[in-house]
Amino acid sequence: MKRLLPLTVTIALFVAMAAFGAVRYEGFLSLQVLLNLIIDNAFLCVVAVGMTFVILSGGIDLSVGALIALTTIISATLLDLGWNPYATMATVLVLGAAFGALQGFLIQRFNLAPFLVTLAGMFLARGCCYLISTESIPINDATYAAIAQARIPVGGGASLTIGGLIALAVVAIAMRIAHSTEFGRTVYAIGGGESSARLMGLSVDSTKVGVYLLSGLCAALGGIVMTFYMLSGYSLHAVGLELDAIAAVVIGGTLLAGGVGYVAGTLFGVLILGIIQTLIAFDGSLSSWWTRIVVGALLLLFCLLQRLFEGRTPRAS
Amino acid sequence: MKRITQHPLFWPVITLALLLVVSALFQPSFLALTWRDGHLYGSVIDILNRAAPLMVVSLGMTLVIAVRGLDISVGAVVAISAAVAALLVGGSFSATGEVQAVHPLWVALASALAVAAACGWWNGLLVVKAGMQPIVATLILMVAGRGIAQLLTGGQIITVYYPPFFTLGNGFFLGLPVALWVAGALWIALHLVLSRTALGLFVRSIGGNPEAARVAGVRSSAITLCVYTFCGLAAGVAGLIVSSNVKSADANNAGQLLELDAILAVTLGGTALTGGRFTLAGTVIGALIIQTLTSMIYSLGVPPEVNLVVKAVLVFTVMMLQSAEFRQLVARLARPDKSLAGNRR
Repeated sequence: MKRLLPLTVTIALFVAMAAFGAVRYEGFLSLQVLLNLIIDNAFLCVVAVGMTFVILSGGIDLSVGALIALTTIISATLLDLGWNPYATMATVLVLGAAFGALQGFLIQRFNLAPFLVTLAGMFLARGCCYLISTESIPINDATYAAIAQARIPVGGGASLTIGGLIALAVVAIAMRIAHSTEFGRTVYAIGGGESSARLMGLSVDSTKVGVYLLSGLCAALGGIVMTFYMLSGYSLHAVGLELDAIAAVVIGGTLLAGGVGYVAGTLFGVLILGIIQTLIAFDGSLSSWWTRIVVGALLLLFCLLQRLFEGRTPRAS
Repeated sequence: MKRITQHPLFWPVITLALLLVVSALFQPSFLALTWRDGHLYGSVIDILNRAAPLMVVSLGMTLVIAVRGLDISVGAVVAISAAVAALLVGGSFSATGEVQAVHPLWVALASALAVAAACGWWNGLLVVKAGMQPIVATLILMVAGRGIAQLLTGGQIITVYYPPFFTLGNGFFLGLPVALWVAGALWIALHLVLSRTALGLFVRSIGGNPEAARVAGVRSSAITLCVYTFCGLAAGVAGLIVSSNVKSADANNAGQLLELDAILAVTLGGTALTGGRFTLAGTVIGALIIQTLTSMIYSLGVPPEVNLVVKAVLVFTVMMLQSAEFRQLVARLARPDKSLAGNRR
């Protein structure tokens, strides 16, 4: 029960912010505004889900923002060369997964710090972006344009984009993976204590590589969602997105030390980041930097809350 | 010979020397020093000058890492310090055409440093009192800090018109850049404090085993708090140098990605990320390696975009060399017969 408390706080906070917006600003509480939270943050949501697994396992992945940029730029370049759009998507997904798996392998095999390996990965991915092109490459492919413009009506005159739909699907699949597969249970076990997980006979090594593979895959998928959203490939896309993803995971109630947290919480973490921006946009008089300050304050609040819960939980030792 | 190769500074020095040799080979005028307008002039001086802010930040980061910490907020603190200094100095033209500072220069500099130290102190509080992981504790300021700097400057680039403020980043003293003197003075002061007093030993013991250090009577909390405060202060000094150099404060871009360069410089210098073992001289060399590499890439005419890829390769290489597992693997590959013999036994 105690473990559900951070998640409850997150959801309560989201509801409170939505209520605040509804009272204060006209037209805030409509289904479309809520759906826009998902549509505008679809790529962040996909990436944050991957990040959730990494953080649950006690690691961190700083390369995701750069990997998104690399995905968009490779997609745009391949489409420019006349590749089939679906072949392009498959290629970047495989590349993203391979990039993540390589980082995971280095971390696992050579016992390196995830922070450093993914930092180098971030330099590498961002550097490769610049090597391919320093300019923004527009995407003119008909399929991509069609997907970007498609709206799926959900009733009441509101609609969702394909990107938003992908984000929701990723959350649903990830919840299934986290809570009812062997892989998911092993991730939690590693986050709780790596040596104990090993002694339990769990496949720690392959799971650790798998976690980073999953994060790389999610980053590539997030990159594809971003190409739908932006219809361009650019080396400066998604700068600092890794921080937003980590913030979303933490605000979603996942413990940064690993082992405790829920994928559903991450969805609400992303929604809270989105609603802060929406509130600031609705207000009109507040400047964009308030977003950063509020996100920082929320991070502080949640970290302190987590410390409080940790302190109260009796330790086995 | 073995004693030389096993010295902790051996690899950093070799790397730096190699970079300098390559630069000198491709650009014959690289090592040339000339005396012009009362100060030394040349590529090497330029590198030293440009590396100064990174050196200062990295020295603070070295101590934080030595006590098993990490400070990823230094870039944001640089932006805050630059913003505070630029706002307070400002500079307006008086009726006689003379430029006047809004507040005295020392007030501006002291305020900027005080704010920066307060930022570091805040990080330290979160780590020591709230018991947060260092990366999480400093993440908060990293996210919020740049927002605060933007709030201070109103999202604008604040230009400073008061000439004395420019000395720190552009001036020369006894033929060498003032920024270099500042970085050097900080290094020497830090070295003296850590080697002549017990403080260095305490820092090493906290990094080696915090619990054991505490039990042995080392005031871990107070020292860790001081170390984070110092790291903030160092970032503040770097912020002053940077803003003085460009004669303005840009809250969006000042100190961008500096935390990563600083961590890289510390690692390259041979300080263990696991804490306990640190070397200030190594960090200074690490910062010089990064700046030499950047300058070299520019002067060789290689597209500057390659810089990040080269940095990535550098980080990977250093990480691998520091990894015990990797060295074992190499040793086994290099001497297959011996390991086989070992297995048979």
